[in-house]
Amino acid sequence: MNAVTVRDLRKRYGDHEALRGIDFTIEAGEVFGLLGPNGAGKTTTVEILEGYRRPDGGSVEVLGIDPQRSGPAWRERIGVMLQSSSLYPALTVRESVRVFAGYYTAPRDPDEVIGIVGLAEKADARVRTLSGGQQRRLDLGLALVGDPELIFLDEPTTGFDPGARRTAWDTIRELRALGKTILLTTHYLDEAEQLADRVAVLRDGVIVREGSPSELTGGIVETEISYRRGDEEIVERTTDPTRRLHELTAEALARDEELTGLEVRRPTLEDVYLELTGE
Amino acid sequence: MRLFLHEVKTEQLLFWRNRESAFFTFFLPVIFFLVFGSIYGNSTITKEHLRAAPFLEAGMIGYGVASTAFAGLAITMVIRRESGVLKRIRATPLPPATYLLAVLLSTFIVFLVETALIITIGRTLFSVAVPDRPFSLLVALVIGSVAFAAMGLGLTSVVRSAEGSSAVVNFVYLPMAIISGTFFTPKEYPSFLRAIADVLPLTYFTKLTRNVMVRHEHIWSQGSSLAAVLLWGAIGLVAAIRGFRWQPREG
Repeated sequence: MNAVTVRDLRKRYGDHEALRGIDFTIEAGEVFGLLGPNGAGKTTTVEILEGYRRPDGGSVEVLGIDPQRSGPAWRERIGVMLQSSSLYPALTVRESVRVFAGYYTAPRDPDEVIGIVGLAEKADARVRTLSGGQQRRLDLGLALVGDPELIFLDEPTTGFDPGARRTAWDTIRELRALGKTILLTTHYLDEAEQLADRVAVLRDGVIVREGSPSELTGGIVETEISYRRGDEEIVERTTDPTRRLHELTAEALARDEELTGLEVRRPTLEDVYLELTGE
Repeated sequence: MRLFLHEVKTEQLLFWRNRESAFFTFFLPVIFFLVFGSIYGNSTITKEHLRAAPFLEAGMIGYGVASTAFAGLAITMVIRRESGVLKRIRATPLPPATYLLAVLLSTFIVFLVETALIITIGRTLFSVAVPDRPFSLLVALVIGSVAFAAMGLGLTSVVRSAEGSSAVVNFVYLPMAIISGTFFTPKEYPSFLRAIADVLPLTYFTKLTRNVMVRHEHIWSQGSSLAAVLLWGAIGLVAAIRGFRWQPREG
C-alpha cells in the first residue's frame, strides 16, 4: 500500500514555477529521500503533502486522503518536523514534549521520546538554553510523540555536528525498524545514501532521477581508476572497471612494475547528484 | 473537551512562565493603580463629588483589558506565528477553533485574576468599596475581553515581524489607553482629544466598568456602550478572520 501518492503535482508562485509536474509514490514502511539543491522545490513538495500549501495542479494522496480535506484523525497519523525550529523557549524539554503529547489520543511516553532523541540529560533544561542542534532534536521528538505512521522530516540534521548527525541517523533507522514511513528532505548526500530506501533528485521543480541509492550510482557515472606511472598521475574512466583493471594489472605484472597509488573509485551519490543538478 | 482543557492549562503555564509578558500585561495596570492611586486617589472629581480612587480603579480594569486581551495577546500570537509554533500546532490533531477558544479562555482567566487583584488593592489601600454589581461586572469583563481579544487577533495581521510586534502594539494601545481616559476623566480633555476618544472602544469599555462599579448601574442599562464595544469587537473579528495567519511570513 502506498503511504504517499503524488501525480503531476504543480505549484507556482507568481511567475515562478516551483513544481512542474512531479510524480512519485512512497510505500508504507519506506524511507524516501527527497534530494536537491536549495530552491529545487523540496519544501514546497513536503508542505503540500503536510496540507500547508494548496497545489495548483495534479493530485496528492497522503495515507489515502487529500491533505486539503484532512482532519484531526488524519493528523493523529502524521508527524511533522519543520525546516526551522518551532518551540516555546520558556518551557523545559519535558514540558514541551508533554504539551505536544497531550494533543494525541495515543501518544508515546514523553520520557521515552526524550531518551530516543538523546535529550535525557536536558529533560529539565529550558528550551532557550539548548544549543541549535539540541533544539532540532527536540523538534524531532515533538514530531514523534504522537506515535505517527508517517513522519515528515524537512532537513532534520542541518546544523548538526557529525556525532549528533549519527545519533539522529540511528533514531531514524530505529523508526524505520518500527515500520514507520518517513519522507526525508536533505541536501546532504551521505544522509540520503545512509538512510533512504529510495531517493528522488529534484531540480528546478522536476524530478530528474529516482531510484534506490545503489541504482542511482550504478551505470550512470563511469568508474574512476587512478594510478601513477613514473611522475605522471593517470586517471581513466571506464564503464567496464573489472576488465580494465585486469588489463592494467596484467600489463604491470608483465613489466614487473608496481602500479603506485592505484585507486578504484566507484561513483558516489554525490557524483550522480552533481551531474544531475549541474553544479 | 480534554484537548480544550489541556490547551488552557498549557496557555496558563506559558503565560506565567514568560516573565516579560506577565509583567507588561499583568502587573503594569496593577503598578499604575498603585502609583496613581497614591498620587491622586483621595482628590475629588468635582462634578460628581466622587473620590478619584474608585474612578481610577474602574479605569485600571479598562487598562487591564487593553493590556491583557488586546496588547498581550497580539504580541504573543505574532511571536508564535513568526517562530513557527502556530504552524506546528496546525499539524497536530488539536482543532484550530479549540486552540483559539482555549487561548481566549486563558486570556480571560489572566484578566479576571488581574481584576480581582486591582479590586483587592483598591479595598485594602485606597478604601474603595467592593463592587456591588458583581454579575454586571462579570458580564462586562467577559464582553470586554472577547471584544478586545478579537481586535488583538485582528491586529496581528498588520504586524509583520516578531521583533516589531511590541513596537506596533504599544504604538496602538498606549495612546488608546490614555486618550480613552483610563487614568483621568476624558471630560476635561481638549475637544480634539475628546473627538478621538469618542470613537475608541476603550472609552466605552471604561464607561461600562465605571458605570457598573462606581455608579452602581446594571449592565442592561448600558446599551450604547455595550453596542460600541461589541461593534469594535465585530470589526476585530472580521479583521481576524480575513487576516489571521498560522504561518510565518515567507522569508
